[in-house]
Amino acid sequence: MTDKHKTVEESLDQIRTTTFLGLLIPLLPLLGFLVNGFLGKYLPKSVIGWIGSLSVLGSFICTLILFRQAGPTDAIQIDLFSWIALGSIDISFGLTIDALTLIMLMVVTGIGFLIHLYSIGYMHADEGFTRFFVYLNLFIFFMLLLVMGSNLLMMFIGWEGVGLCSYLLIGFWFKNPSYNDAAQKAFVMNRIGDLGFLLGMFFILFHFGTLDFSTIEQMAPSLVADNGLLIAITMLLFIGATGKSAQIPLYTWLPDAMAGPTPVSALIHAATMVTAGIYMIVRTNVLFAMAPFTLAVILWIGVATSVVAAIIGLKQNDIKKVLAYSTVSQLGLMFAALGLGAFSSGIFHLVTHAFFKALLFLGAGSVIHALHGQQDIRWMGGLKKLIPITYITFIIASLAISGFPLLSGFFSKDEILAHAFQQNLPVWIILSLSSLLTAFYMFRLVYLTFFNDFRGTEETRSHIHESPWTMTVPLIILCVLSVLGGLMGLPVVFHANHWLNTWLADVTAPAAAILHQGHHISHTMEVILMSVAGIGAILSILYARHVYLTRRSVPESDEAMSGWGKVIYQKFYVDELYDRWIVAPAFKLAEWLGNVFDKHVVDRVVTLTAGFLDASGRTLRVFQSGNTGSYVFAMVLGIVVLFIIRLLI
Amino acid sequence: MLTLLLLFFPLAAALLVLLGGARNASRLALGFAVAELALTAYAVTVFQASGPEAFYIFQPWIESPKVSFHLGLDGLSLVMVMLTNFLMPVIILSAFHRNIHHASGYFSLILLMQFALIGVFIAMDGLLYYIFWELALIPVYFIALRWGGANRVAVTLKFFIYTLAGSLLMLFGFIMLYWYNPAQSFDIRELYRIYITDGNQSWLFWTFFLAFAVKIPIVPFHTWQADTYREAPTQGTMLLSGIMLKMGTYSLIRWLLPILPVGVAKWGPLAITLCVIGIVYASIIAMRQRNLKNLLAYSSLAHVGLISAGIFALNIQGLQGSVVQMVAHGVNVVGLFFCADIIFNRTVTINSDNLGGIRTLAPQFATAFLIIVLGSVALPLTNGFIGEFLLLYGVYEYNTWLSVFAGLTVILGAVYMLRMYKKVMLGHPGARVPEFSDLYWNEKLALGMLVVVIIGMGIYPKPILDLAEPVLQSILNKTII
Repeated sequence: MTDKHKTVEESLDQIRTTTFLGLLIPLLPLLGFLVNGFLGKYLPKSVIGWIGSLSVLGSFICTLILFRQAGPTDAIQIDLFSWIALGSIDISFGLTIDALTLIMLMVVTGIGFLIHLYSIGYMHADEGFTRFFVYLNLFIFFMLLLVMGSNLLMMFIGWEGVGLCSYLLIGFWFKNPSYNDAAQKAFVMNRIGDLGFLLGMFFILFHFGTLDFSTIEQMAPSLVADNGLLIAITMLLFIGATGKSAQIPLYTWLPDAMAGPTPVSALIHAATMVTAGIYMIVRTNVLFAMAPFTLAVILWIGVATSVVAAIIGLKQNDIKKVLAYSTVSQLGLMFAALGLGAFSSGIFHLVTHAFFKALLFLGAGSVIHALHGQQDIRWMGGLKKLIPITYITFIIASLAISGFPLLSGFFSKDEILAHAFQQNLPVWIILSLSSLLTAFYMFRLVYLTFFNDFRGTEETRSHIHESPWTMTVPLIILCVLSVLGGLMGLPVVFHANHWLNTWLADVTAPAAAILHQGHHISHTMEVILMSVAGIGAILSILYARHVYLTRRSVPESDEAMSGWGKVIYQKFYVDELYDRWIVAPAFKLAEWLGNVFDKHVVDRVVTLTAGFLDASGRTLRVFQSGNTGSYVFAMVLGIVVLFIIRLLI
Repeated sequence: MLTLLLLFFPLAAALLVLLGGARNASRLALGFAVAELALTAYAVTVFQASGPEAFYIFQPWIESPKVSFHLGLDGLSLVMVMLTNFLMPVIILSAFHRNIHHASGYFSLILLMQFALIGVFIAMDGLLYYIFWELALIPVYFIALRWGGANRVAVTLKFFIYTLAGSLLMLFGFIMLYWYNPAQSFDIRELYRIYITDGNQSWLFWTFFLAFAVKIPIVPFHTWQADTYREAPTQGTMLLSGIMLKMGTYSLIRWLLPILPVGVAKWGPLAITLCVIGIVYASIIAMRQRNLKNLLAYSSLAHVGLISAGIFALNIQGLQGSVVQMVAHGVNVVGLFFCADIIFNRTVTINSDNLGGIRTLAPQFATAFLIIVLGSVALPLTNGFIGEFLLLYGVYEYNTWLSVFAGLTVILGAVYMLRMYKKVMLGHPGARVPEFSDLYWNEKLALGMLVVVIIGMGIYPKPILDLAEPVLQSILNKTII
């Protein structure tokens, strides 16, 4: 009896602890935001940086504790209060922590902490130091709401919240007009996607009566009959994803977003926020699995984005722009995985990509830091000896993203390629091509940056120094993760059991039940594919070595460019196209409506009416002489009129 | 008793301020407005405890035609009164530190306005309501005429004639309702019950709709608005845009929907289409406005278009959304015009081409301004989001394609607001604006109050939703034919 009582008590205790920890995860960064935001001006820089960083570390520790306790089928549900309740709608302000959320939490808080730490060094001389950490903490808070929200609307809070922080951080140096333009472009393009998300939610709310993920998952199978509805819902949600995750046609904001400080590019525009679209689709995988049409659209958009961005990446000369297009391309690869129905493979690549892409950006930041703001690789070279830690970690990250055998990117990319090979050969061919391009442009970047002789001025050269420990330690940790990250998804061929697939099995089960994926390709075939991909990557790297190390080619100056090279360098003129065909006409219309139509047509109609009004106006003016008395008189008159009418009846 | 006190206290305050002399006018007015706000807070607790019955006042007034002094404060009225009485101290505070000639008259008129507005929101007799409706026009007319900008005379006249023409139509409508009412009264309970033939409802709809459409305004009855907002003194613009236009949207819910359900069913589709066209129309125009006040006027036009569309969607989401958004829009638009006033106060321009770089010079102002802008573009966890979400969902339930079109406001709103913020606040300091002192205490206090409500309502909108729900539900039931 007492024993039983005790166990009940214990499990209640357990629930209280997990709820508490779960709440701490978003609250700590929020607290950091509030403390730095309100008291920042009274605190020294060092304290501000550490408040910001440690609040995120705290969230990471809470995540680890929860992760240790949780099994893959557990889900912690925290309902704080009823947020919007009316009629039959009841949307709660609720959080859920399940297997998928835990993975995302570890990425967001883990990498988030490392990047906060890095920022202490990177931003130390910036006059906006406090503001930077305030925004960064706020970003983490919203990102955590995004991945923890228990319904679509909660996710949407985070979704738009991170968009706001992205806006604030891209335009962090707000004295520069072109940075402000980039920030605004990012926000507006995201808003286009957000409208899709919003409408998708309306469809779901109307037909399901709820936005709750778990309820949607339960109810969805009963909707199989309504194909059009599912296509509408999933397409709208996918439009939302294309905005946030920079896919065709809404990708052009991401390269511009590089205007923000480099830690921001690493955190927001590589590791976390831009992957929100992938997370969203995996979260609602059951809906997508029931809409094969949408899956096909996602597949081809992903494939197209992957290869187009990789091609553009070949010709970029700004170190951050190369990485930005690489991110767009890799996100395309993840979407292709989702389109193939390989949801956990998408997440696998999301995680490994977060490791090595964050590392690449931070490495690029370290290079830029050393060169006092120089970002053009044509003015770099020979940095290998001068900043060795940055060099080594950068090259390992480049190997990882290129799919060099046994590094993290190798496994996650091969898994997607294997799915493609099995289901759709053209997709496999294009994605393989895009992988080769990736390996090439990454090593073009590596050789131009770190090898041969320094091409900048002597003055810059004399100042080059390795970054402080707050910057190099995150590089080293991320480097280890980039190497070992593949272990979480070791394939069966390696006599492992693919931990990540098992861990996420419960999350992706609804889709798996619908999609009935065919037999896996044979182990021999898998090994052959891996070898092909590995060898391809190595050959591509060797070719880049040949061009940029042996032959010492340096990209030509902007003026010297011509032909296709120039078209690619100018990103196929897509921005110009959008400006010319969408932005400019919209503004022209606005100008015309405001200055011509509204003033001369609408108002003219009013004036015509006023012709009628004028007569009455003249009469009225008699008792509009301006003193209150005449108004009272008018009112009395009104009442008299009423009285007369009353008599007439 | 409490109802009478709520209503007449501002009237008494207006008189006292007028007599109190110019020197203390602003402080005196602020004190009275704060007292009224405290009274409102007390009224809310009474309402929570004993419901609307505690506020019922009924006194026969005129025997023939039968007009009664019938006041009531249900959830819907209470929300509107809360909005009015919350904004009043903010509006009065915003006039501190500014040179205002004949201050006692100015603040007295503001308080008189408060009296009339509360009257509109709690009158439950058609004619009494109409008297308050017209009464509300008088103070704001004089405020604009005596304290307005260079073009004030012509602009104010246009505004006055425009709205008065609408009002006269409404008066005519009320008279006809009285005529059709066998009980021969203007009492709202009678009006809710009377039978009016379909044909009569059809044209009566327009007498009310036009009056409200001018006040709100709904496109194409808006051409008085931008000029008036620009020429009126800031407090006048705040009164007009923050509270007075809600008289129109409130009245759609209170008077038009339940009394003329057949007319609404017949013409509602046309009305909602006009509203939605207005949203997009105004948003597009707003993108290219250089004058800050003009931009805010068009942005306001877009927002109230959505509020009205939600009302004509005739479902609980739309109605709830409209109530939440009336409050949110009131708070945000007052904040935005206040920010414009702060800018004008320092730089003597509101042309965004001549501004820029203010953020560096006045970081506190920049933060407050940004939060209000975000509320206005409906970022989640701000008040604007709750309203916009419910409104768009209400419109979606009414018609999917209409909601797609109305949803463009999500994108366009971000375009014009962020463009404006960028041009005015960001960029290099010193180039166009040499210096800019950060917020004074009164500005800090007023903006602080607004910011707290913007975020507070965004996180926890439940109290407002709960207050309005029963009333809206019963009104909605009356629209089912």
